[in-house]
Amino acid sequence: MWQKIYAWLDERLGLNDLYKATLDRPEPKGNWWNTLGSASLFLFILQGVTGIFLSVYYTPSPDHAYDSITYIMNGVAFGWLMRGIHHWGASLMVIVVFVHMLRVFVTASYKYPRELTWMIGVGLLLLTLGMGFTGYLLPWNQKAYWATTVGTSIAGTVPWIGAFIERVLRGGAELSALTLSRFFAAHIWIFPAAMAGLIGVHLYLIIKHGESEFPGKDD
Amino acid sequence: MAGSHHISRRDFVKLTTAALGSIMGAVIGLPAIGYLIDPALKASGKDAWIPLGPLEKFEAGKPALVTFTRSKINGWEKTVNSYGVFVIKKSDSEALVLSNKCTHLSCRVNWLEERQEYICPCHDAAFGLNGEVLGGPPPRPLDRYEGEQLKVEEGTLYLHFVEG
Repeated sequence: MWQKIYAWLDERLGLNDLYKATLDRPEPKGNWWNTLGSASLFLFILQGVTGIFLSVYYTPSPDHAYDSITYIMNGVAFGWLMRGIHHWGASLMVIVVFVHMLRVFVTASYKYPRELTWMIGVGLLLLTLGMGFTGYLLPWNQKAYWATTVGTSIAGTVPWIGAFIERVLRGGAELSALTLSRFFAAHIWIFPAAMAGLIGVHLYLIIKHGESEFPGKDD
Repeated sequence: MAGSHHISRRDFVKLTTAALGSIMGAVIGLPAIGYLIDPALKASGKDAWIPLGPLEKFEAGKPALVTFTRSKINGWEKTVNSYGVFVIKKSDSEALVLSNKCTHLSCRVNWLEERQEYICPCHDAAFGLNGEVLGGPPPRPLDRYEGEQLKVEEGTLYLHFVEG
């Protein structure tokens, strides 16, 4: 019965081909360092899932942001777990993505024909840092407020257009409700959407080119 | 391998991945269910005795509207709800109290003295002095507080209010 259903779906969706191309593709002899890309993808999904759960109770307004997070931590069953995973997962994701980049650099995997995969990966690293930066403001506590004040001020030191960039980031001259809501939008819609798209292309390129062989002694 | 249980490396990896994946899914998934349905499980039903005023001040047989407010904390926000009840004094020690919430769709009913009826402004429901349905769409009489739900202490009428 299940086999029949599977056969019916496979004939129309090409599940077997999909499985072969993604999970059963030939790999060069590698080691655990080759798994960091998958680990990054896993963390991205984990952050997405826990983030969606947090948005059930979180309110992006200066009046309620802090109180709603206090409520998540103390008032909701397993709220501490959801926020804990999201909080620690964020730090872990930055580390894993960065080490993934180091691995690709050290094994020279960014070379022809994988330059585009590398460039998109750089974009993904920057977006991951952007997620960390925007997410940090959302609790709207003292640490978040001043970290973002400093962070946006640093952006303001860009020659010529710095002051303009700072105003765009803050949504005005100083941090306000506008800053919080635009950081929230960036954190839950703009950056994740951009990341999902880039991850799609990144994965397509990996499947298309296969993983690179580790360089030998002669390389 | 000698003494192996004939499981290939490939199947072992598949099995381990599936098992670990299920464990991770359960660790996130099961608490997530509790997390999402938690507000529905919170015990409400806080109760309090609400003073409605000295019974002697009410006119016998004539409904008088008494309003009171109750504050409630929903998550991280405090809301103040107002409630209204009609007090119908029956004797010097007895009264009937009716909710002013129409049993049809929860609009608030008004007492019309000249018709001796409670009229709902929304769909023209009509209730008699003691809350019985006289006309219109309501499925049941107005909710009433009597007996155990009322008490008179030092001349003041109290209503036992339970939050819904």
